[in-house]
Amino acid sequence: MPRNMTVEVESASQPLFSKRKKIWTFPFMIALLTVIILGIVSLFTGVYDIWGQEDGWDMFFITRIPRTVALMLTGAAMAMTGLVMQLMSQNKMVEPTTIGTTEWAGLGLLFVYLLFPGPSLVLRMTGAILFSFAGTMIFFLFLRRVRLRTSLIVPIIGLMLGAVISALSTFMSLYFNMSQVIENWFIGSFAPVQVGRYEYLWIIVIVTILIFIYANRLTLAGLGEDIATTLGVNYNRLILLANALVAVAVGIVAAVIGNLPFLGLIVPNVISMFRGDDLRSNLPWVCVLGMGIITLCDILSRVIIMPFEVPVSLILGTVGAVVFILILLRQRRSRRLR
Amino acid sequence: MSTLESQIHTAGGLGARPVHRFARAFRSGKEETRYWVLLTLLLLLGLLASLGLLLYNNPVSVDSPSFIPVVQRRFVAIVAIFIAAACHSFATVAFQSVTNNRIITPSLLGYEALYSAIHTSMIFFFGATALVNFKGVGAFFLQVMLMVILSLILYGWLLTGKYGNLHLMLLIGIIIGTGLNAVSGFMRRILSPSEFDLLQSRLIGSVNNADASYFPVAIPIMLLAVLCLYFFSRRLNVLSLGKDVATTFGVKYQASIIYTLVLVAVLMSISTSLVGPLTFFGFLVAILSYQAAPTYDHRYIFPMAFAIGFAIMTTAYFLLYHVFHAQTVVSVIIELFGGIIFLTVILRKRSL
Repeated sequence: MPRNMTVEVESASQPLFSKRKKIWTFPFMIALLTVIILGIVSLFTGVYDIWGQEDGWDMFFITRIPRTVALMLTGAAMAMTGLVMQLMSQNKMVEPTTIGTTEWAGLGLLFVYLLFPGPSLVLRMTGAILFSFAGTMIFFLFLRRVRLRTSLIVPIIGLMLGAVISALSTFMSLYFNMSQVIENWFIGSFAPVQVGRYEYLWIIVIVTILIFIYANRLTLAGLGEDIATTLGVNYNRLILLANALVAVAVGIVAAVIGNLPFLGLIVPNVISMFRGDDLRSNLPWVCVLGMGIITLCDILSRVIIMPFEVPVSLILGTVGAVVFILILLRQRRSRRLR
Repeated sequence: MSTLESQIHTAGGLGARPVHRFARAFRSGKEETRYWVLLTLLLLLGLLASLGLLLYNNPVSVDSPSFIPVVQRRFVAIVAIFIAAACHSFATVAFQSVTNNRIITPSLLGYEALYSAIHTSMIFFFGATALVNFKGVGAFFLQVMLMVILSLILYGWLLTGKYGNLHLMLLIGIIIGTGLNAVSGFMRRILSPSEFDLLQSRLIGSVNNADASYFPVAIPIMLLAVLCLYFFSRRLNVLSLGKDVATTFGVKYQASIIYTLVLVAVLMSISTSLVGPLTFFGFLVAILSYQAAPTYDHRYIFPMAFAIGFAIMTTAYFLLYHVFHAQTVVSVIIELFGGIIFLTVILRKRSL
């Protein structure tokens, strides 16, 4: 065996874990810079003339900054929840939209509207969080009980489950004359974000920190119940915790912004194509890419029919569907889907 | 089945003494009787409910000259129910057999999304008058053709070749549906409210939306597809055993699957363009008919599925129209029932 090859083999067999994978690498800096530039572009995109009008800068602080902050937080939250859910279920095609978590959140919102007329944001958030937690738990329960023949069946069942829940929501909203609530909710948009209406999104920062703290344990849980337990992880408690974190993030985003499809699916898959599956070193990447994609989509949604705005979820849905299919086809080539 | 039967004979003949065994559709004569009784009862129920829909609560008396026109008007709805029931029951049962999975439905494959995309883009690109004029045989034919072509592209692309994979095809079909929904949602956002109203009434599935002028085209095509599937029953019996077993028994697996799926696509498109989207109706019918017909023979499952579908639809319409006076939500309620049953089935499953 040639000498240089031995060296290569040795270096590849080194544990990739530990300090070898640095976070602050050159490509990551570039990615971060790009997102910052996108954020600045987002700050200065809009119909209202900030430089010309007298109260332009007030406007800037009332809507533009909250909107951009909301974009960053939501992008990071949705991308991370996708990643955590994929690890937990050991399935690359799981995310809030493909297993019905978002539909559960919508049902929760509807229930709150029914029980309390004119509910406050906190109430709506609580309803959405509770229901998305229940929904995610039901799905995980189902996944653990069932022996699967192919990993592709998971998103299929999940999407059907989502359809059931949304049929339930439709029925209730028709029955109680509230279809407008649901209709509006299912189209996520950042347009109504302004001072006083988005601050709860900051809770996502706490969720992010918690996910960072538990990152290594979550990676272990991604190896499956048996291996994780052997390695000293309390699997059931971890699953419960991870689902709670996911539910909090999804519920908050659902109550404040609305439905944002496919973000949690695309971002982790793209990252893991380039970087493998170590959660801790991937997390910053996932956050940054999530922020970048959603900011880009939001800027697009504001520019495309200029004096008006398109809900960002429609752009995400269209682009996301295409990217999702490309990812699936790519995996088909590499024969990973068997 | 003859191949299968002879296989079983040889397998039985390998023992010490030759055992004569039949590969019959039912386990016992009792089950067979139960099947026929149930089928008759369900057909009677469907018939009764449709008679009720036709005659009950008629605003004019029997001897009035406008009695017949009222019945005729109501008859259109019955025919639409008949077509929808036949399409969904046959399509779902066949689809579940070839996919080897009893909890998925062909309506997942994006027909509804395509249906709403066609109508939305009609009004979006050509205006409200175009949508109003977009009916009649030509429009119907165009819709069905578009949907069948889409599914053919999907099947041809993802089911053939060395990477052919049924589940991948399904998932991509669903995702295409989601993407199309986003695109048409995008277009709907830009419509004016009056145009939106016009569109909305088209998109909600209802047998009252059915246009009687479609029937001369829809019924023959539907009957043809249904008969094709029915006469394909024996092959479907083998296909439902899975790819490996079916291939061992000498069935051309890929060709048979594509043949079945094309028929399914035709049926689903007819139903969708006639009465609008119904997601879980087919699932509900199929799961109930497996319970009611304790057999794996499609020659018996198909009629049972149709009888159940027709009975459910007519009874639901009759009850909700004349007992609960909730006319608008019939399809939603059927969907809801289907959905709830879907949930319970999923939570009790052990393997998929």
